[in-house]
Amino acid sequence: MGFKLTEEFKAKAEKICTQYPRRDAALIPLLLELQKETSYIAEEGMDYSRVKAVTTFYTMFNREPAGKYHLQVCRNISCHMAGAPGLLERLRKKLAIAEGETTKDGLFTLSCVECLGACGLAPVIQVNDKYFENLTAEKVDALLENLRHEL
Amino acid sequence: MENILLKDNVAGIEAYVACGGYKPLKKALGLKPAEVIEEVKKSNLRGRGGAGFPAGLKWSFIPKDSRGSRYLVCNADEGEPGTFKDRELMLKNPHALIEGMAIAGYAIGAGRGYIYIRGEFAAEAQLLEKALAAARSKNFIGKNILNSGFDFELSTHRGAGAYICGEETALLQSLEGYTGRPRLKPPFPAVKGLFGCPTVINNVETLAAVPAIIEKGGDWYASIGNGKSAGTKLFCVSGPVNKPGVYELPLGVTFRELLEKSCGGMKPGKKLKAVIPGGSSTPVLTAEEAWAVKLDYESLAASGSMLGSGAVIVIDESQCMVKLLEVLARFYHHESCGQCTPCREGCGWIEKILNRLEEGKGSAEDIDTLYSVADAMKDRTICPLADALALPVMSFVKKFRSEFSAHAAGKTCAGSQRIEVRE
Repeated sequence: MGFKLTEEFKAKAEKICTQYPRRDAALIPLLLELQKETSYIAEEGMDYSRVKAVTTFYTMFNREPAGKYHLQVCRNISCHMAGAPGLLERLRKKLAIAEGETTKDGLFTLSCVECLGACGLAPVIQVNDKYFENLTAEKVDALLENLRHEL
Repeated sequence: MENILLKDNVAGIEAYVACGGYKPLKKALGLKPAEVIEEVKKSNLRGRGGAGFPAGLKWSFIPKDSRGSRYLVCNADEGEPGTFKDRELMLKNPHALIEGMAIAGYAIGAGRGYIYIRGEFAAEAQLLEKALAAARSKNFIGKNILNSGFDFELSTHRGAGAYICGEETALLQSLEGYTGRPRLKPPFPAVKGLFGCPTVINNVETLAAVPAIIEKGGDWYASIGNGKSAGTKLFCVSGPVNKPGVYELPLGVTFRELLEKSCGGMKPGKKLKAVIPGGSSTPVLTAEEAWAVKLDYESLAASGSMLGSGAVIVIDESQCMVKLLEVLARFYHHESCGQCTPCREGCGWIEKILNRLEEGKGSAEDIDTLYSVADAMKDRTICPLADALALPVMSFVKKFRSEFSAHAAGKTCAGSQRIEVRE
């Protein structure tokens, strides 16, 4: 996948491994760190079934390259009642993509996710690692504009 | 009464210590581990993650003669739909959790602890790491804590998105670097848990209550609340109420008081139709049942539901119960780990039938099939995920059958339309 582990990454990985009596327990935290660098975990060249099992079991691992901003719309019960379906439709239209797709400019990926644990401030979307809560039509439009201009 | 858990301005270590923080740890280290467990038993503190198992009793299950390592794990994999209390607690009062873990670690003889936090809580994990570093620098965790000879190392471990990892044995699998598939019990984690060693797993809210119990005594804590439901509980309220959020109240508070006093009532124009009182996996209550219920373990069990995680999901008249159940079925089908047939197949069939009913393509027979599939899933799997969908299905169908029948007769309802986001 054209990504070379830097010395910095290796040092960080080593530090994570020391947290556990068995080094293989660090697999998931290490994959999360790796994904921060690469935006996804490539399956090509993966010859270890345990790693493949983990990357397909946990939803936070992207199996395809993701856009610069990964918009993850919560669609569970509290967000649903607060307008998540309308929010998703708005994003679909604005970005002209469906769930699971990435815009041609590589800027945005749109996904649906389950409960993010922020139900008191529904509806919620997560952009990469960050939560945006209590969203309205106006706020989500502004959010897209802000992200576009952060280029 | 004064809050025990949710306090303002104690997130930093200096402020926490200034309010008497980490004194309970010092006190605990001066007691015998068995005495600490006894105090927690006396408090009647019960698991706040959903199951409500007595915490002190859980600790006492660690075999006294076990050699080698023991572990303490905090379950911060907050994922039960409707639940957002642990996140707030970790942001506002992270040191209560860390101190509670150091005390619990001492009580069970664990030298190592992990806080398993859901992967999406990246900011919260970072904040916890900072709090851990601060606690380490003051020797509240680490080697020879406060010159007591007790060593306890503690770190965070992020999950990567899987509801099932909130189940304690799936969490252990995940913490060991595997897919999160629940283990058969027995052996229970207290005997054979993390890395095959005796392990205690407690929820964030449970552990964060421990310092206050040690400071003021088990009897004091047991006197709060409603009989066997002792202490305060974090209730997280979502849905169309004026002030959704997390409220700390004594167990046994009425739903009416929570809704009207704490949450400022329903939003203008919204009328209460139903309440899911303890997170998405607990049976739904009708408005009439909810108005009459007290929020504690026994009262909610008597009403046919559960306290669960304390996630109170408020549903108003504009919502379609068939649609909401479809949302839950999709979720549980997606989150089923797939190792037990009744769950893997049952969740899928329930979702399919509900899709059909929602689209107006179902039949009256489908409603009975829904119920019987749910009944067939119940109590037949390794972990409670199948029950977590079966119980809502059975209660939704029983209590709101007329809505299911209307859908089966091909009538659409306003609540099935796409719900728009506020302008």
